[in-house]
Parts: sequence; structure tokens; C-alpha cells
Amino acid sequence: MGAERLPNHKLETGAFFQRDRAWHAPALTPGYKTSVLRSPQKALLSLDNSLSEINGPVFGHHVLGELDNDLIHNFARAGESAVGPRIVVYGRVLDERGKGVSGALLEFWQANAGGRYRHKKEGYLAALDPNFGGCGRTITDEEGNYAFRTIKPGPYPWPNGVNDWRPAHIHFSVFGHGFAQRLITQMYFEGDPLIWRCPIVNTIPDKAAVETLIATLDMQATIPMDACAYKFDIVLRGRRSSLFENRLEGN
Amino acid sequence: MAQPLDRLKESPSQTAGPYVHIGLTPNFCGIEGVYAEDLGASMVNDRTRGERITVHARIFDGTGTPLRDALVEIWQADAEGLYNSPTEMRGTSDPNFTGWGRKATDMESGECVFDTVKPGRVPFKDGRRMAPHITFWIVARGINIGLHTRMYFPEEEKANAEDPILTRIEHKARVSTLIAERADDGTYVFDIHLQGEKETVFFDI
Ligand SMILES: [Fe+2]
Repeated sequence: MGAERLPNHKLETGAFFQRDRAWHAPALTPGYKTSVLRSPQKALLSLDNSLSEINGPVFGHHVLGELDNDLIHNFARAGESAVGPRIVVYGRVLDERGKGVSGALLEFWQANAGGRYRHKKEGYLAALDPNFGGCGRTITDEEGNYAFRTIKPGPYPWPNGVNDWRPAHIHFSVFGHGFAQRLITQMYFEGDPLIWRCPIVNTIPDKAAVETLIATLDMQATIPMDACAYKFDIVLRGRRSSLFENRLEGN
Repeated sequence: MAQPLDRLKESPSQTAGPYVHIGLTPNFCGIEGVYAEDLGASMVNDRTRGERITVHARIFDGTGTPLRDALVEIWQADAEGLYNSPTEMRGTSDPNFTGWGRKATDMESGECVFDTVKPGRVPFKDGRRMAPHITFWIVARGINIGLHTRMYFPEEEKANAEDPILTRIEHKARVSTLIAERADDGTYVFDIHLQGEKETVFFDI
């Protein structure tokens, strides 16, 4: 972990920009019923970052296996592959200043092409794919670029209202350079009519914010006769310059 | 019109959902053979320096029911108060201590257990020392954005009383929501309440 040097530029050690809580979903969103009993009701304690949040775990490429970024094959039997439309998902992890975030660990998980998860709590009647596990991970390069290969997940119904459906989506977990940047979100697919009907999507108050979670079909990155490509950039909190900030000697 | 700042907006958070285990603890939920072990499963090894401790954590919803589908990450300094992070400028942390752990809460009991070391004290910006603490980050179905809080230690009464974060809490009765209890066997028990009278203090940090 920390013994690895980050592959980029000069190390930055400033605090992160305050999170814009009005841009994110509030904790209590009654349209997404599970949030009702799981949302804190008292005000959050707002604090500038200390070293405990400015620092964070960073993961080296040695944690990655050869097929970690290939969900089509990383659970499949030898010589076989997962069923579904083959796609490449690629993009950059940036911070709010537009700087690429190098060495960012991305972990992703998703349903199979029929909308079924490989999980014991999953009750949807769509079939499991014996060749699809549903998890993968990768680490961004020096400019913050990443890519992985998978199959396009299917939409699925879920118990909230009697007829609520999740649009096709991929879950993303992201580590930046500081623990304050820790983020989990979901990626949607351009043109999916279920996006704007989804109670989980609609926890986000601003339409422009939702649009930043919709990946774009990119025919230039598409591999002919093989896989369509979707571009999905992720933005993490920006870092303040520590210029002119009073700091103790040696800190 | 003044010049634009040209800043991007942070990607909005979305819930980790009920199947977070598939992505973050696949071996825990029976998806074996993809990763050798779940990331964050162990924080220490035989050579880790410092006092070994065990922390039992549970998260309760507004009815007092423990969450059986939550995912908890902890992040802390080593026994000397140094972080295992490339941006740690004060020295080199214990190479045998990761400082970061990740566990799913048990699907029956709702408990998760971390074997770690007691962290040393870390300086605050103004030079005061923070009391020993462990950062907690909680995601789950029904939680739209990860919840950030800290666990402090019950035997550190003096350090806790001067901690720059704990002393910022306006309602002193709520400070105790951030202090673990010590069980008879010496392990720490940290109960996190999402709502209600005992609601834990969560941070916007
Ligand atoms: Fe999902």
C-alpha cells in the first residue's frame, strides 16, 4: 500500500474541497423506501480535513490479477465466456480541478445480461450465467485513465414500489489519494428509458448531476466486430493547494 | 461576467445497494476464484508493531435492528501515529500494518470484526494532538452517500477531553456516541446508530 509511490508528479498534501451536499442525494429520500430508517436525522458535523482524511490507502498494481479487468472471462470456465452484449467501459478519474487521478483503485460489480446478480439475497427469476461472476477491478494510469471489458448488464425489478425497475447499471467504488475522496456510485447507459423512472436515480435532486452518471456510446472507441465502447468519467473531490496555509514545521 | 473557475462537480454518490458484497467482498458472498482474497480482510501480520486490539462493530437502523447487509471500512494510523499512505509526510509508517480494513456485516448477527492495533496520536492542524481514533466509513442499501464517523477509546479519557474534534461537538451528551465500550474480554464494541436518541455523530468532512 503506502510503500508504493504514486506514479504521478509532485505529491500534494492539501485538504480536499468541501463536499457540495446539495449536489448529492440527501440521506432521507422517501421515494427510495429503505432510506427512511437508514438516514441520519441530525445535522452532520462539518469539519475541515485533518491528516486522518487527507491521507488514504493507495493500492499498487501488484494487487491486480491478469483477468481482474475482464468480467467476460474472470469467472468463466476455460475456453468459455459470459453471455451478453460485449462492451468496453473506459474513461478517466479526474478531480474537481480537472486533474487526472493516478493510481486510483476502481472496483465494479453488476448483474448479468438478464439482470440477475450472483448473490444469495437475490430473488429475481432471471437465469444465472454459469460463466459470469459480476465483479472486476482496475487501477488508473498516470493520467487517470482506466478501461475494462464486460457484458452489458440487464435491467431488473426490485421491491420498492410494486413495479419499480432499475435501469441497466454498473456499480463503481473509487479510492483517490485521500480517504475523504472515497466514493461509491453507479454508471448508467445512454438512452435507457428506465433511468428517469428509477427511484434510486431520482434521489439525486439535480438533473445535471444525474447526467454525469450516464455513460456515452463512443463509436470511435468501439472495437469493430467485437465490442461497443462506453465512456464514463468519474470526478473525485479536488484538493486545495497548501500554499499559504499555516502548517507546523515537519507536518 | 468574471472569469469562470472551470471546476468540475464531484460525481454524485449512489447507494452501494444490497449486492455490494459482489464487488467489494466477493469471497465473503461465495464468488471464489476471481480474487485470491477479499481486499482489506487483514490489516496486521506477525510483525506488526503495537498493541493488538479487536473491534466489534454493529450498525442499527431506526427500529434498532442491526444492518445485515452493510459494508464497513476503517482507516487508522499505526501504533506510532503514522498513516500507511503515500501522502504521509511525517515519517514512514509500519510496513507490516496496512491501516485500512474492510468487512461486510454478518448476514445473521449484523456484526463485523476488525483485528488491528491501537492507533497512536496524530497531530491536528494547529499542533494539538488528536486522541487515538479509528475512522469508520459505512455504506449499505438505503444509504445514499457513505457515512463518515470515528471511533475513540474509552480508556483515553484525558486525550478525549482535549481532542479537537470531540470538543467541537455542541451537544456534549452526543460525544459518547463516538466512544467504544470495552467488553470483559478486552475487545472493543462500537455500536453505530443511524437514527434515534442514540444517533451517532456523523461527519461532513
Ligand atoms: Fe445494482
